[in-house]
Amino acid sequence: MDASAPIIALQGVRFGYPGAKPILEGLDFALGPGERVGILAPNGSGKTTLFLLIMGLLRPQAGEIRVFGKPRRAEADFLEVRRRIGLVFQDPEDQLFCPTVIEDVAFGPLNLGRSRQEALAAARRTLAALGLEGFEDRIGFKLSGGEKRLVSLAAVLAMEPEALLLDEPENGLDSRTRLRLVEVLEGLAIPRAIISHDIDLLTALCDRLLTLEAGRICGVDGEALHRHVHAHRLGDRPHRHGPAA
Amino acid sequence: MLPEPLAAGGRALAARIDPRVRLVAALAYSSATAVWQKPASIAAALVFALALAVFFRLSAGSVLRRLFAVNGFIALLWIFLPFSLPGEALLRLGPLAASREGVLLAFAITLKSNALVLALLALVAPLSLPTAGHALHRLGAPGKLVQLLLLTWRYLALLEQEFRRLRRAAALRGFRPRTDLHTYRTFAWLLGMLLVRAVDRAERVRRAMVCRGFQGVFFSLHEFHLGRGSLAFAAAVAAAVAASAALEFAR
Repeated sequence: MDASAPIIALQGVRFGYPGAKPILEGLDFALGPGERVGILAPNGSGKTTLFLLIMGLLRPQAGEIRVFGKPRRAEADFLEVRRRIGLVFQDPEDQLFCPTVIEDVAFGPLNLGRSRQEALAAARRTLAALGLEGFEDRIGFKLSGGEKRLVSLAAVLAMEPEALLLDEPENGLDSRTRLRLVEVLEGLAIPRAIISHDIDLLTALCDRLLTLEAGRICGVDGEALHRHVHAHRLGDRPHRHGPAA
Repeated sequence: MLPEPLAAGGRALAARIDPRVRLVAALAYSSATAVWQKPASIAAALVFALALAVFFRLSAGSVLRRLFAVNGFIALLWIFLPFSLPGEALLRLGPLAASREGVLLAFAITLKSNALVLALLALVAPLSLPTAGHALHRLGAPGKLVQLLLLTWRYLALLEQEFRRLRRAAALRGFRPRTDLHTYRTFAWLLGMLLVRAVDRAERVRRAMVCRGFQGVFFSLHEFHLGRGSLAFAAAVAAAVAASAALEFAR
């Protein structure tokens, strides 16, 4: 596999849930090495479905999925995909199912066949990198929403994935936690695709923006200049606003 | 929320005893005590349970509250047992006679239940559920059952939250439970909705697990150490059970 070949490449993919018309139709998508792609599209347009297809949790009814240069069709093909690509789910509550934080973060490394000591070390390292020292023995369901989000990210990062898929990572975070998440993600040199409704987050974390229309991926070329009006106290005095975070 | 187990005995030695030893001790003690027949052996078992409660420094208040609940149930036995067992009459109330055998049996049951509850409160209750689960696994309990236990514990709070949310939504639209068909139907819908959501959640959790490389085998991070203190404790429990057995089988 040469260095410029895409990590993930979907071609002509069709998928529909039973009893509904296809949600994705003739979809092409690629994520290359070092790429940071943002996907901004309305609810129900099939963004999450796209991620589930890449991870092999759903199977396309037509088209081809290639990951790391190999076509992926059967369950066995996707085992490697899941080891090497990390998906952060929309709801951290789905992702954190272990009694304590350290067990959740070590779950992936243990599944990769690491020894207990290696898994613990990887988990501790990842928690420390995300500023979550001292969380090891906290009880999963007693964390705050922001903490849950960061721990679920840690749980995926502990597997040292070669690419990251993030499904609405800003969902349900307050502005401070959101800022922290952006800082963490900015510091990661991992190719990624992010689904979000948050245009500021996507422009901060991605180089390329895409959207989904009628079941297909559409590129967004250039920037559409537009103007916002907003109101706040002392708005009539000369003032500046901070950079988009 | 889930009630947390009563405070773990904080004293170093008691807290350091291997959870596996505690579980095995609880099993050995309770199965032995359950079959003892003689007052002497049962009394010995009760004394040992009291010693355990002191050793693990259970708070008197929470123990008494729990024993009170148990004995409330046992009080019913005191009303019915003496009058329903045939034997030598101790007391006559019109046509009813309280038998000596009945009173003795009720007394034995009372002592046994208090001893068992006390011992379990000391040995098992202070363990956190994850610890108990992993200890069970190390003792050879089937992995799937242990995971079922741990996942249930993990998601029970979420289920409760979800149910409360549904109840609140119903209450906000003026629902007040009564004894009528509308109430039963509404509760059936609430439970049905809870079930649907739980299934949905289970599927998403499964997906998240599969994405992190899960292939059906659970690995445990926990390591237990069978220290000298744990071995000494195990020996003490064995000696106590043996002593009460000696009393039971003595002529």
